[in-house]
Amino acid sequence: MAYSIERTGKTVQEAVSVALAELDVDEDKVEIEVLEEGSKGIFGILGSKSARVRVTLKESYSDAAVKFLKDVFEKMDVNAEIEAFEDDDSVMLNIVGEDSGIIIGRRGETLDSLQYLTNLVVNKGKEIHKKVSIDIENYRQKREETLVKLARKLAERVIKYKRNITLEPMSPYERKIIHSTLQDNKHVETFSIGEEPNRKVVIALKHR
Amino acid sequence: MMKELLETIAKALVDNPESVSVNEVEGEQSLILELKVAKEDMGKVIGKQGRIAKAIRTVIKAAAVKENKRVVVEIL
Repeated sequence: MAYSIERTGKTVQEAVSVALAELDVDEDKVEIEVLEEGSKGIFGILGSKSARVRVTLKESYSDAAVKFLKDVFEKMDVNAEIEAFEDDDSVMLNIVGEDSGIIIGRRGETLDSLQYLTNLVVNKGKEIHKKVSIDIENYRQKREETLVKLARKLAERVIKYKRNITLEPMSPYERKIIHSTLQDNKHVETFSIGEEPNRKVVIALKHR
Repeated sequence: MMKELLETIAKALVDNPESVSVNEVEGEQSLILELKVAKEDMGKVIGKQGRIAKAIRTVIKAAAVKENKRVVVEIL
């Protein structure tokens, strides 16, 4: 649960300042609820009431992400540590653990699903959306390097044998890597065919 | 364990976590998990073109590999 404290002061502003000083955070990191407005009373003496506020620490996007994934991994009976980095518009999570195979899944399917669900959970009901990306043991980086190499190798083969090549089904993210690797290639072009989840990239000879 | 996993995911996605329930129907080789959520939360567990439901099923299937069982998730 979110951490909150209640403080009083002569005015609402004073009560808030006291609470913020105690929590040692800036105002944008908390939610403020005014419980009592406070009043000066007559001549500032008679019937004066102090103001009371409840100040609640907002859960950060990365905290929410880590909490959700920890819950999921625990129920999956998977051992994993999660490191989180957060900036103004994104949250990056890096998972370290011995069960990486289960978390990644076939062609990264499980990792993509976990990433998609975590995005939904973290941004639920929030005005500002942050993009959550999850990597595990540098899987995405290694996979990207593999796909770039594969794209270049297959493009050469298409040029050499003048025959189109259709790749195995890939996720949108993986297809994008193939497309962008070959977008400046003078001799071949790329496009996708088929329906998700069996959508595939075709590398074809450019017509002149 | 599968039941709790599905509950955890569903509760995190919906606006009314108290209305989430999962019923297990055990078969010989398969396990059917029936997920129920509040009517207004149906979209939150299904998604456009079933994208969320598909992601949930993928994660549940991954967990089921460890238990060596076929798991079917039905959203009621």
